[in-house]
Amino acid sequence: MHDVTYLRPTDLKDAVQLYRTTPGCRPLAGGTDLIVMLHARTLRPPPRAVLDVWSLLELKGVRRTQGMLEIGAAESYTGIIRSRDAQEHVPALVAAARTIGAAQIQNRGTLGGNLANASPAGDTLPVLLAYDAVVVTDRRSIPIDQFFTGYRKTALQADELIVAVRMPLGRRVVFRKVGTRAAQAISKVVTAVSRSPARVAIGSVAEVPLRARRAEAALERGDMEGAIAAVADDIRPIDDVRSTAAYRRTVTQNVLRELLSVKPAL
Amino acid sequence: MTVRFTLNGVPVSVECAGSRRLLDTLRGDLGKTGTKEGCGEGECGACSVLIDGEVVDSCLVAVGQVEGRNVLTVEGLAGPDGTLSRLQQAFIEHGAAQCGICTPGMLLAAHVLLQRTIRPSAADVREGLAGNLCRCTGYTKIIEAVLSCTT
Repeated sequence: MHDVTYLRPTDLKDAVQLYRTTPGCRPLAGGTDLIVMLHARTLRPPPRAVLDVWSLLELKGVRRTQGMLEIGAAESYTGIIRSRDAQEHVPALVAAARTIGAAQIQNRGTLGGNLANASPAGDTLPVLLAYDAVVVTDRRSIPIDQFFTGYRKTALQADELIVAVRMPLGRRVVFRKVGTRAAQAISKVVTAVSRSPARVAIGSVAEVPLRARRAEAALERGDMEGAIAAVADDIRPIDDVRSTAAYRRTVTQNVLRELLSVKPAL
Repeated sequence: MTVRFTLNGVPVSVECAGSRRLLDTLRGDLGKTGTKEGCGEGECGACSVLIDGEVVDSCLVAVGQVEGRNVLTVEGLAGPDGTLSRLQQAFIEHGAAQCGICTPGMLLAAHVLLQRTIRPSAADVREGLAGNLCRCTGYTKIIEAVLSCTT
């Protein structure tokens, strides 16, 4: 275990203050990524403190605000799955949350954690891209398509805390994850698609969760076959322990074809 | 730091780093070795416990995060006189334990499922136990044992 000081702020204001003034501090929510890395001592540079934001009320809940759906950064996937508002307004996010791990992980995993960890395989991240989500921090709002800046790198400043995620109401998004099994699987390809506006967002096929811009341009023209052809050039898959690049390319095209034939629920 | 929580209905107080894994505190500091460590990274469910009635992997929880909360481990499933719960008895009768490493986690995940779902189907049970791996692959008997407690 990395030797870290455990900090439990009393509220968001306290958390922001502690995060700004504590060197080498990492926010801790459900711990599904961070505790594993702390225990394995794989964090570089080694952290000196963790800031437990899991219980902060300001970071919990699903609510409608300013014509958007807002989800607290530390709300659990289970909380999202059970939320009537989430089921009604962002069913694709609920579908994605249901594919993450199993009950144990859904009870602890959070959108804030998925964003901050910025794994290219993060299952909610293509969905957030397809919804044009906005990442609300302690100081600004970051459009999701500017959030992922490199492999596990984000636009967040060193002392910037994710507070919530906002998504527009009424957008129809469909979702499909391909993994080894339904539960407890890290995605080989994870895709979310909106027809209007055209959004094709894919995870596990590049160093970041990405928008397939050529495919989107073809979709805007109503050219579905063009989009399916173009998506192969939008992605940058690699061979790794979970799949080959060739498999991911073929599956991405097949999944896009499937999703474009699905009438999304809303 | 001092962390205070309720373990199997009894208030406990532990002196340790708040970032210590709940799993290590349960086994090492509190002697509750019924909770097993499998993968240590949230893949296998062997270390499942309940926090405020929700199933979690105790290898992914910092002990500071259970301050003031209710934790249930497999030791808390039986009655105070040691009488096994209906679910535990069903595991014995159906041969649902082989090597036993996954059994405590399976019991706790199944316990939550039975509390939350009225008459769960076999599919419900499979989904409810999807986060618990059995290295002996004895899933059929585990699912039969859980289903036997639904009537």
